[in-house]
Amino acid sequence: MLNNLFSLTAKLTIPITLGALCGTISERGGVIMLGVEGMMLFGAFFAVLGSFLSGSAWVGLLFALLSGAILGALYCLFCIKFRGHQSVIGVGLNMLASGLTQVLLKSIWGQEGMSSFVSTIPNIKLSFLKNVPVLNILFYDQSPYFYFMIIIVALTWFVFYKTKVGLRYRAIGDHPLAVKTTGVNVNKYRYVALTIAGAVASLGGSFLSISYNNLFVADMVSGRGFMALGASIFGGWTPLGCFFASTVFAFSQALSYTVKLNIPIYFIQMIPYLTTILILIFTGRRAHGPEALGKLVD
Amino acid sequence: MLKENNKKTLMSFGSDLFYSFISILLSLLIGAIVILIVGENPIVAFKELLKGAFGNKTYIANTLSRAVPLIFCGLSVALSQRCGIFNIGAEGQLYLGAMAVSIVGLYSSSLPHFIAIPFLFIVGFLGGAIGGFLVGILKSKFQISEVISAIMLNYVFKLFTSFLASGPFTSGETSVQTIKLSENLNLTTLIKGTKLTTSIFIALFFALLLYIFLWKTTSGFKLRATGLNETAAKASGINASLLTLLTMCLCGGLAGLAGTSEVLGNYHRFIEGFSPSYGFTGIAVAILGKNHPVGVILTSLLFAILNSGALRMARVTSVSSNVVSVIQSLIIIAVAAPEMIKVFRRNKNAK
Repeated sequence: MLNNLFSLTAKLTIPITLGALCGTISERGGVIMLGVEGMMLFGAFFAVLGSFLSGSAWVGLLFALLSGAILGALYCLFCIKFRGHQSVIGVGLNMLASGLTQVLLKSIWGQEGMSSFVSTIPNIKLSFLKNVPVLNILFYDQSPYFYFMIIIVALTWFVFYKTKVGLRYRAIGDHPLAVKTTGVNVNKYRYVALTIAGAVASLGGSFLSISYNNLFVADMVSGRGFMALGASIFGGWTPLGCFFASTVFAFSQALSYTVKLNIPIYFIQMIPYLTTILILIFTGRRAHGPEALGKLVD
Repeated sequence: MLKENNKKTLMSFGSDLFYSFISILLSLLIGAIVILIVGENPIVAFKELLKGAFGNKTYIANTLSRAVPLIFCGLSVALSQRCGIFNIGAEGQLYLGAMAVSIVGLYSSSLPHFIAIPFLFIVGFLGGAIGGFLVGILKSKFQISEVISAIMLNYVFKLFTSFLASGPFTSGETSVQTIKLSENLNLTTLIKGTKLTTSIFIALFFALLLYIFLWKTTSGFKLRATGLNETAAKASGINASLLTLLTMCLCGGLAGLAGTSEVLGNYHRFIEGFSPSYGFTGIAVAILGKNHPVGVILTSLLFAILNSGALRMARVTSVSSNVVSVIQSLIIIAVAAPEMIKVFRRNKNAK
């Protein structure tokens, strides 16, 4: 049972971490990101569509990445060029994703609620780990998405803290005008970052539909995007923080699926949300995140 | 001077109205394109939608009843935005209000109808206000962004109410719901066989109340001043953090009334997940309604027409009823980014 709990935690961590990275990447550059849920949902949908049309789940993955990148860029366009109310644009995107995926779902598969089954991304089996304790839970039969997640977390960390571009980008989130005066095109950085962030979130969504499941179900992201936002904050807007915070969220989810406790399931599911709030209370004013969140630069 | 100002507000109100109108048209147009893409005739679809909303007396009554929770949630969000806060937590608050009413209602079945109903509306208001209070205290005491805490608390409240409906107050049936309330507590139906109840008058009454509060009282003036410029408000001696806290309590209460009207007028008990995200639609309603009670009523009606017509449209054509939430979300996005239309105009002028 314990094995089951940990392997489920590892799987459930994937979408939340990727969603949290989307939040962290965009908010470190000063753009408020409430649309993670919607981007993940579009990712999940287009992954299934790609897989359905071509028969190959890898094409589905490509569809998901593309849809996320386009959404990310559009999100940025509305926030920066059209100077939209960023939180509201996020809420709008989430509603749009929920509605549009269901409209397309019905017209493509002719039924409400769920798509037909599609081919999925095969798991990677490292058979030499079959009998190694601990490692076999994580690596014996694991979705490639698990490795994607690790790579993306590492890459984001590297770019953020070890490159000039990352340093500039983080500075944009705190003092965009100061960075602008050094001749950096602040908005260009934001467009690129949001495009990447969108693709990352959609990748997280596609895990749910073409790896963890083999179909698209209406609203299948079911709040993971908001959990991811919580994880991004909980993790202090850092890539590694995102990963660890997401593990906590995933663990409490896995706990509620696998373990029969005397405590009602609802309280276990509450843990991550309450933890996020408690952490914000205790870290108080320091947990404010990027200083210039939501500020625009012409 | 004053006249000049009035003229200015009137003009900006006019251009606001113009942009709202364009946004709605644009969104309907995109909705029509979506319908075309899925292979149906948009004119037929919209015709069925209108028939579903206005086709006969029953349809009209049900459309009006759908506007009620939206009005309450819209007022909740509008009030918060007037104070410079963004209440994204209406969804959780309305669950709290609904649950408070469903529990207290169980113990007040012996009260006469005309006492029980106002009493339960107060209970629902207080239930929602607790949710708003938590967000408010986190913001004013700990400087935690109300957006973040409200998103987290939405889940906490939803899970908590589900717990109450599944455990301590469960009706014992398979679906997670509380015990049915006594018929004595049902709101009076205005037209037989429809869902339209007296709650619509209560919603309109609260819209009026909010208008008077915001524009005819000192507290309302302070609230709006804080929303326009917090620093200036503080400098002139307004206790902004206390005001934030009180405003969030009121916002929570208004959202709680949405839950109350649904429980007493529609379901007569708490049912897990009964709200088709009224709280989030309330955000759209408030923004499209320019955070004004009259605007909120009008946009609630518009959204109610779309929602109730969608059911018939989905029955008669092959278009999913969700096309309506596509249109609504596009309206939100377009209205939230008014510069979009201005940017197009500027480009046109430049040519």
